Amino acid sequence: MNNSSQTAPLNYLNHKTGLWSWLSSTDHKRIGLLYLYSITVFFCTAAVLGLLMKIEKIAPGETIMNAQTYNAMFSIHGIIMIFIVVIPGLAAVFGNFFLPIMIGAKDVAFPKLNLFSWYIYITGACLGLYSQFAHGHSPDAGWTFYVPYSAEVNSNIVIALTAAFVLGFASILTGLNFIVTIHRMRAPGMGWFRMPLFPWSLYATAWIQILATPIIGITLLMVIAERTLQIGFFDPALGGDPVLYQHLFWIYSHPAVYVMILPAMGVVSEIFPTFSQKPIFGYMPIVFSSLAIALVGYFVWGHHMFTSGMSYQARWFFSLLTFIVAIPSAIKVFNWLSTMYGGSIDLKPPLLYAISFIFLFTIGGFTGLTLGSLATNIQTHNTDFVVAHFHYIIFGGMGFGFFAGIHYWYPKMYGRMYNIRWANIAWGILFTGFNVLYFPMFIIGLQGMPRRYFDYDPKFQTGQIISSIGAFILIIGLIGMLSNLIYHRRRGAIAPANPWHGVTLEWQIPSPPPHENFDEVPVITRDPYVFDNPVIK
Amino acid sequence: METAFSGASNLAEAVDRAFIFIFSISFIFTIGITALMIYIVIHFSRKKGKVPMQFTGNTKLEIVWTVIPLIIVLMMFYYGTIAFTPMRRVPKDAMQIKVIGRMWVWSFDYGDGKISKDLVVPFNRDVKLNLYSADVNHGLFIPAFRVKEDVIPGYDNYLWFRPIVKGEFDIFCTEYCGLAHSGMTAKAIVVDSLDFEKWLTQLKATGITPDDPGMKIIKANGCLTCHSLDGAKIVGPSFKGLYGSKRAVITDQGEKQVDAFDDYIKRSVIDPNIEVVKGFNKGLMQSYKEVLKGDDLDKIVDYFRKQSEQK
Repeated sequence: MNNSSQTAPLNYLNHKTGLWSWLSSTDHKRIGLLYLYSITVFFCTAAVLGLLMKIEKIAPGETIMNAQTYNAMFSIHGIIMIFIVVIPGLAAVFGNFFLPIMIGAKDVAFPKLNLFSWYIYITGACLGLYSQFAHGHSPDAGWTFYVPYSAEVNSNIVIALTAAFVLGFASILTGLNFIVTIHRMRAPGMGWFRMPLFPWSLYATAWIQILATPIIGITLLMVIAERTLQIGFFDPALGGDPVLYQHLFWIYSHPAVYVMILPAMGVVSEIFPTFSQKPIFGYMPIVFSSLAIALVGYFVWGHHMFTSGMSYQARWFFSLLTFIVAIPSAIKVFNWLSTMYGGSIDLKPPLLYAISFIFLFTIGGFTGLTLGSLATNIQTHNTDFVVAHFHYIIFGGMGFGFFAGIHYWYPKMYGRMYNIRWANIAWGILFTGFNVLYFPMFIIGLQGMPRRYFDYDPKFQTGQIISSIGAFILIIGLIGMLSNLIYHRRRGAIAPANPWHGVTLEWQIPSPPPHENFDEVPVITRDPYVFDNPVIK
Repeated sequence: METAFSGASNLAEAVDRAFIFIFSISFIFTIGITALMIYIVIHFSRKKGKVPMQFTGNTKLEIVWTVIPLIIVLMMFYYGTIAFTPMRRVPKDAMQIKVIGRMWVWSFDYGDGKISKDLVVPFNRDVKLNLYSADVNHGLFIPAFRVKEDVIPGYDNYLWFRPIVKGEFDIFCTEYCGLAHSGMTAKAIVVDSLDFEKWLTQLKATGITPDDPGMKIIKANGCLTCHSLDGAKIVGPSFKGLYGSKRAVITDQGEKQVDAFDDYIKRSVIDPNIEVVKGFNKGLMQSYKEVLKGDDLDKIVDYFRKQSEQK
């Protein structure tokens, strides 16, 4: 360490030291790491809760916890994973770290606002934790907070709602920051269509964050008003409309799924060209499919409510649009495959994760079509089939996209390299565990196993046991992956500036990047994915 | 052959056809995409030292893989919709059963006060379930029948089916409703028509009998807005245990005791302000002399008498 710091120039990690230099830093890279560490802590917490639920489900009846604890546990698992881990997730970590670098900027447009957003995020996250331990019951209304239950039940719902409300502000402000950054701070010569695809995906995401998040904000406030001031918005006991709540909730929460998945699509769109040493295939279709997803994604929320008694025409309409929104995702998959076709494929951990992203996302996508079709939705709605589907999309898609991203950019972020063999083995365990955990849930879901069930009919037990075994394998894989990354943070081999032979701007600067990214602002003269001297050895 | 996935209603066949169509296409594409991916990774491995091609796109291919998936998903949409459409078109002569969901039990109301914990239905007859919630959201799900609809307070939702297999089938609650959500189960029992009639006759009436002619008149005139049936004090005294009870009433001459039999009840409807039950205000109720027709009043009194005889 001492030897290298004498020769290596100052970088963003060592130009200032001490805890306060991190907590007060407006450097987008440091803020990205602040998000990375906080999200990792929350992710591990919620993953352990997931494991505990799976242990509970290993046999019918009470195994290790009672019904009230189980109900609180799936609620907390959902609240943490959705609002604190997955929605900020990729955009807050890699978006903060790499967006400015990839468009040739020294920072985001509003660095102080960026730091402030992290503090809002941490406040919201702490409120979320507080709702679990404050006097009274942990919230047990699921992460969806459906009224009237959430308006009437005697648990810490108000604190949990406030947490989600506060977290929403962090999301809106980050989105705003990114949009302005992308509009105003691209390097000279970087026209819109010379911008790499990860920034493009962040751009589409940011618009959803800005436009959709306020709706959930006001909706959650209305539930708070309902509980504290007895104003009847949604609770029929107060003269409200419970289905209205579902509409407002999903008007945000469906687009939020695209907030989660679009940046992951952006990450793998960076990885495929680099590990194929070949330009991205179909740059324009990928860009416009992101925008199409962001746009059409606003109009499909009703498919979460197919059994709520909506009119036949509404169901018909939402089903049709749900099928249409599948097309841009399919286009992306075909373009990624074509990017690899004819390339010089180097199957390193980032590509391994990116390929498994395609596999898992494809299964998640097709089972999404089963849920989007009206007749088959009736059978699968609110069963374990749905749980399996969205874990394939969110964990298999966003999660594996995140893992692909961290293995891709790790040498750039820390200037060190993790152990490749170790990473490959951890991937194998993780991938196996994932499928053993979630695939059986499709089968028992089809048989009729409802979701959010503490207890179940013994006829579902075989599937439940296999799924629980998968949970253990998955956790072992996660530990393997994380320990590799944590262990090599200081002990790994020194990473070169461009270990994967990438061509986007982040690979043209030292690893780790200097405090202000570029000594001289780069001038862009060509498309983002041009490989002049593709590496073939 | 019956399996864990077998359907047991008229709706199941079309739903399962949609399942098979979507799953087949999904399976073919998932296997195809995965196989292609593995082939590419092996065939174009860097270890072979081939120089990567540098093409950047192909408009014809983009059109092909936009249009073909579009056609496929529209076919999926079509199959899903045609199997779904009959679910919302209830045959006119379907037997009606009222379903009430409350934390954490289902009750199935066959009318005439006959309420069952399980859903017993006659084989091969159209059945419509009218869904009501007494508290929070619930979801009625009978997997074998391929039916599921949410049960939401304040909303009139429904579903229907015609059972085509005899036997017992699971009923689950599929909308999270709190502590014992997973215990909110029941059975759908499909029996022969004759057995069904026998079962229904033997089912004891435990609920309110809404079809009593007197009760109809009471409801039609809005009496229950001010007079409760369960003993609760609203604007006027409750109807609970009215017939034959002793009442303290205030008259112009002061307080006195009356026995609430036919004469007193009729007087109270026609001249409500002469004898006002102690604790309630005079002048809030107007005479129903001109409102009630024919033997309406007798029917009302009959209803009260019958209620007292049941006790």
